[in-house]
Amino acid sequence: MIADLALGWPILSVITFLPLVGAALVLMVRGEGPAVDRNIRAIALMTTLLTFVISLVLWAGFNPATADFQFVEKAPWIGDAITYHMGIDGISILFVILTTFLMPLCILASDVITNRLREYMVAFLVLETLMIGVFCALDLVLFYLFFEAGLIPMFLIIGVWGGKRRIYASFKFFLYTLLGSVLMLLAVIAVYLQAGTTDVPTLQQFPFTVEAQYWLWLAFFASFAVKVPMWPVHTWLPDAHVEAPTAGSVILAGVLLKMGGYGFLRYSIPMFPDASIFFAPLIFGLSVVAIIYTSVVALVQEDMKKLIAYSSVAHMGFITIGAFTLTAQGIQGSILQMISHGIVSGALFLCVGVVYDRMHTREIARYGGLVNRMPAYAFVFMVFTMATIGLPGTSGFVGEFTILIGAYQVNTVVAALATTGVILGATYSLLLYRRVVLGDLTHKDLMAIGDLNWRERLTFLPLIVAVIWIGFFPVHLTGSIDASVDHLIAQVQAKRAAPIPVPAMAEPVPAAGEGASQP
Amino acid sequence: MTAALSNDLVLAIPELILAIGAMALLLLGAFRGEGAAGLVNWAAVGVLALAAWATLAGTGEAPRLAFSRLFVVDDFARFMKLLVLLGAALTLPMARSFMARAGAERFEFGVLVLLATLGMLVMISANDLITLYVGLELQSLALYVLAAFLRDDAKSTEAGLKYFVLGALSSGMLLYGASLIYGFSGTTNFVDLAATLGHGDGTGPAIGVVVGIVFLSAGLAFKVSAVPFHMWTPDVYEGAPTPVTAFFAAAPKVAAMALFVRTMISPLGDLAPQWQQIIVFMAVASMLLGAFAAIGQSNLKRLLAYSSIGHVGYALVGLAAGGLQGVRGVLVYMAIYMVMTLGSFGCLLAMRRGGQMVERVDELGGLSRTNPMLAFVLAALMFSLAGIPPLAGFFAKYFVFVAAIDAGLVVLSVIGMLASVVSGFYYLRVVKVMYFDDAVGPLDRPIPLPVRLVVTASGLLTVLYFIVPAPLLVSAEAAAKSLMP
Repeated sequence: MIADLALGWPILSVITFLPLVGAALVLMVRGEGPAVDRNIRAIALMTTLLTFVISLVLWAGFNPATADFQFVEKAPWIGDAITYHMGIDGISILFVILTTFLMPLCILASDVITNRLREYMVAFLVLETLMIGVFCALDLVLFYLFFEAGLIPMFLIIGVWGGKRRIYASFKFFLYTLLGSVLMLLAVIAVYLQAGTTDVPTLQQFPFTVEAQYWLWLAFFASFAVKVPMWPVHTWLPDAHVEAPTAGSVILAGVLLKMGGYGFLRYSIPMFPDASIFFAPLIFGLSVVAIIYTSVVALVQEDMKKLIAYSSVAHMGFITIGAFTLTAQGIQGSILQMISHGIVSGALFLCVGVVYDRMHTREIARYGGLVNRMPAYAFVFMVFTMATIGLPGTSGFVGEFTILIGAYQVNTVVAALATTGVILGATYSLLLYRRVVLGDLTHKDLMAIGDLNWRERLTFLPLIVAVIWIGFFPVHLTGSIDASVDHLIAQVQAKRAAPIPVPAMAEPVPAAGEGASQP
Repeated sequence: MTAALSNDLVLAIPELILAIGAMALLLLGAFRGEGAAGLVNWAAVGVLALAAWATLAGTGEAPRLAFSRLFVVDDFARFMKLLVLLGAALTLPMARSFMARAGAERFEFGVLVLLATLGMLVMISANDLITLYVGLELQSLALYVLAAFLRDDAKSTEAGLKYFVLGALSSGMLLYGASLIYGFSGTTNFVDLAATLGHGDGTGPAIGVVVGIVFLSAGLAFKVSAVPFHMWTPDVYEGAPTPVTAFFAAAPKVAAMALFVRTMISPLGDLAPQWQQIIVFMAVASMLLGAFAAIGQSNLKRLLAYSSIGHVGYALVGLAAGGLQGVRGVLVYMAIYMVMTLGSFGCLLAMRRGGQMVERVDELGGLSRTNPMLAFVLAALMFSLAGIPPLAGFFAKYFVFVAAIDAGLVVLSVIGMLASVVSGFYYLRVVKVMYFDDAVGPLDRPIPLPVRLVVTASGLLTVLYFIVPAPLLVSAEAAAKSLMP
């Protein structure tokens, strides 16, 4: 019945453009003052909540049994080749939900913003439209449009409402990402000229020559690698995170980074399977470096946001490894890990935001012993610290574990090295938690710090529920993505020139692992 | 005989309207004296509108030649003429309040703009090297005077003089190139040239023709301000009165680009291998110089001058690609570029503080607080000029690069894309000053109504173009088709 309800109207367009309507409403609110600000906040919150509710209707109506694109909308747009084509499958639906889930929380967490509130909310709502568009677009040019346009609101969010070095950070963010994206634009054009269309389902079936695949793959890689971000093009991320306002960091870590991983899964792998196999070692190499190197870098950070930013790079390393194992577990794990990381890292940035709003510093050394004054905060922070470490029972465990299973099947060395990242991740996360929350309360100015207020508790509650829920019932998510992941693997199998060379030594290791755990 | 003549005259009605209108307004101004400036200005807009209406007649018909094949009217000419007429018609009303404040509200302004526009229409319809030169000179002479229109202002007169000297030099080069081509092919007519130069007997064209093409392209490159013939642009843009600069950046650039495209595609089309590398070089050099040289600019007019050099480079990418797609790319590019550039200069004209024009980038500080709408439009235009989707500038770039990659010019495309990232830096700087920096102080109010209208219209077109991109594409495609043999 819900499915019928969902199919009768262009639900994807509604979800995508509803925030834009909200932005228009915010713009229409005239005047200044606290009452007006309250109205603006209310409109933004209502819009994002409504979008979230509709996206749940979408999820309810989603048929997990098929790998086909669902809720498809198609309309002519530019010429014959480029159409307004929207649709979702198992790979994209969870990202849509993630986006609509995080947005109301971001609005709630923006209570401290009083400077130019109207523009702030407009920027966030426009950004939501563009992010959802990225995950729903089924036309390369349409995708590029959403993908690239997101730079403008994020640039303004960092630049206007950011910290001290906001200008440097916003320029770096914009130009870095633009540099990668223009190369992808050339590849988009080349794809169009080769295939005569930019329709994604058609392109996924189109046989590109192996030679062409290599070049096109590299051009797409330039864009997605910056976005993910992969080592060594990750340097914009710590700057952007540190300077962005709390909600900006949440969206950046929660959704924008996922566009890179999503891009690999939606475009690079199905369109260029041979190149994906060929370049997989490159991805593995860069990812392993990212996991180990940025984890070590995170260990020595003195700034809380910077630490979490570097940990994001490390976690995204797992995701790229999982995607390019080209195994069902690996890809499934990387999607799960993206969703989990979206929630957990977003939540961690919110945790930092809580104390930053009170003390106006992010320096780790300025804190300590918060548990004495802020027990609720200490609990919340602990849940997300455990989730980021990957404790079983939290969402972080499921994704990482499945990725490692996938990686073992393909390359044990990569898997082994990636596992060290889990240990390092535990080290820096626990260290951060110990230095900030545990111990004695020695800093005098912390004596008066207040615990979480109701608004903050309300913000964290859905996140905690989501983390635990995914940790215990990952099947609720994998159920939606299974069919599409299998389809993706089948596509790669059908298109690739030769089967994936599975190293012979890969077999015994998981077998040994199972043997050890099962007696 | 009379029938043939009247046939010819019918094709030239837009030009006739402009010529008669200009002369009538000159007489009016001469009899009524200085008080007629406002009247002449609005009447000139009316004349331009009338000419635009006349231009639309016969759209979609096959190309027709007139005046012993000296003159051609096709969809390509109509498309470009409409752009030029639009550019001129929008700058005239914007100029009024500026000229009144500068104490230079004279009726000659409208007349000169009409004459320059007439020259541009002739250039666009030129089907002979002679017509080309006559149109070009008519346009240029009027523009020289316009650049120096504030005759008591040292910068303005300097701009006029500089423009004149370098313009004369380039006209000389162009003439020399034309005479070489005539000498080695025996004709100046585009149709005959295409036939004479076209038959490939394997030996390639005579060396004199090639040298002629080089000189001809150098002269044309000067008019579109492509590197390495761009040196006049920043000085003239900065020195000339702002509405005149707006006019320079819009109409003559479109006309010169039209002339450039027609000359290269129509009579010299078969010699593409000879001229393509020249165009590729100019495109690369223009894009790079436009991107790097603008970084250090603190004057907005100079910044826009370098930006226009860069944009000409992108349009030339389409010409270098050639073919239907390439020409279509150039047409779409010029149309969108003209809207963006008119909007940008409109924003400049809208900004006065304490009676002084705001021309420096740092004077824009905090504009988003004092004048949020103006700041929004200028920011949108800057992002659009940088080529960020979903703004119009992105589509302009997209279509020229489609043509370039299709023509196998991959290296050129990569360089162009990288240059666009570099140029992104200085466009962002303008946005940064407006949005991130502290407010300098409110601007004078009210903004003159014509300026406000132009700024609003160009802002809307830039931001919302993506909703209905098809009409411009379709008409550009039809126009490009009419140019193809």
